[in-house]
Amino acid sequence: MTAVRELKLTPIRNGTVIDHIGSGLALEVLRIIGIEGREGGEGGSTVSVAMHVPSQKIGWKDIVKVENMELSPRKLNAIALIAPTATVSIIREQRVREKRIVALPDRIDGVLKCPNPSCITNQPEPVESEFEVIQRAPVVLRCAFCERRVDDFLHHLA
Amino acid sequence: MALKGRDLLAIRDLTREEIEEVLAASRRMLPYARGQKVGAQLDGRVLTLAFFEPSTRTRLSFETAMARLGGRSVTIADSSSTSLRKGESLYDTIRVISQYGDAIVLRHPNEGAARLAARASDRPIINAGDGAGEHPTQTLIDLAAIREAYGKLTGLTVTLLGDLKYGRTVHSLARALALFGATLVLSSPPSLRLPAPVREDLDRAGIRIEEVPNVPEAVRRADVLYVTRIQRERFGDDAEYAQVAGSYRVDPPLLEGVGPKMIVLHPLPRTGEISPEVDASPHAAYFRQAFLGVPVRMALLNLILAGRSS
Repeated sequence: MTAVRELKLTPIRNGTVIDHIGSGLALEVLRIIGIEGREGGEGGSTVSVAMHVPSQKIGWKDIVKVENMELSPRKLNAIALIAPTATVSIIREQRVREKRIVALPDRIDGVLKCPNPSCITNQPEPVESEFEVIQRAPVVLRCAFCERRVDDFLHHLA
Repeated sequence: MALKGRDLLAIRDLTREEIEEVLAASRRMLPYARGQKVGAQLDGRVLTLAFFEPSTRTRLSFETAMARLGGRSVTIADSSSTSLRKGESLYDTIRVISQYGDAIVLRHPNEGAARLAARASDRPIINAGDGAGEHPTQTLIDLAAIREAYGKLTGLTVTLLGDLKYGRTVHSLARALALFGATLVLSSPPSLRLPAPVREDLDRAGIRIEEVPNVPEAVRRADVLYVTRIQRERFGDDAEYAQVAGSYRVDPPLLEGVGPKMIVLHPLPRTGEISPEVDASPHAAYFRQAFLGVPVRMALLNLILAGRSS
């Protein structure tokens, strides 16, 4: 951990740290993982965001820390859509228990909204959106229902 | 037969061999479809037709197909009379009615509806059109018409003329033809060219594609001329529609000098793309194509419901 980073955000006791997010993308990452800052109700999670922090690895980066929550791999992997360099650490009792780079899965469920207004997933149906990754570089997704292709994910976050 | 109990949601759910199996079975259905033989293959079976969007011929041909094989069909033909009107989801509707009959034929205005229905149902779902999405039985009918005229599907040049952008039948047909190694000639107004993702799929499938905007030349090249309707509802203003709609019309002079076996197909209904004078031409095969809707759907129902191909 660098001195600079320790100044910007204090270490957390329990929770999830998402580091090495491309500079300026922290808020979109929060949207992808569905964090609105009201999680856990009264006395719930504290969410810290640092933007435009110097990074030895990627020049400038953003960091997100969510206290007292261990985010599901499904949501964390969806971060790879916009921040493929991001790393995720699960912290328990101030120790890093798990650290890994986000990995784009074969399917993205529930994170994006299908851009096709006529898609059945945009109707009042008991169904989550579902996208298959049909191309990885650059990433292109295809709706598992209507087959609409999506490559501008930021515009289609659910 | 591998189709028994299966869904048919998109034409790519079928392999080349399975398509050939359906087409072969549909030829064996011809005497039954014409009423020369009385079928009882599906005696005691019940087909549920759930049509949440108007369609006359697709619905009638499914009902006829079922009846010709001795089965029965029950039909929701007007979504305003269903509980969807009361706010019930398609998922719940299908979950309930799938328990009644042996299979469901679904027509729905939203893309992906058939796939959702397939998750709600443990009985086979046959997609009879989901919005601008798939309509696989239409593609099987198109292929049956070509197969009937030429005795094969390989090595043919198929010219797709008209609205290649929105015409879903064209996209499905092109993908299916790619399985058989046809050559595609594309001829459309510039604003209605084949969408890039469809084109990329076809290129990946290794099919030969040529774009020939000149209509007479595209027609001369064809073994099969597949004409589509320009969908008026897709255009914002009438002037734009009129300009595109008038840009091609199949009439007797256009068909002068084509090969003797060349056939003209159209998924119907036509608006002005094929002049009525063409109907008397030996090349006109679109009414025959429409008739094939019955034997093809008979074959499909027989395979899916009973696992039989005759």
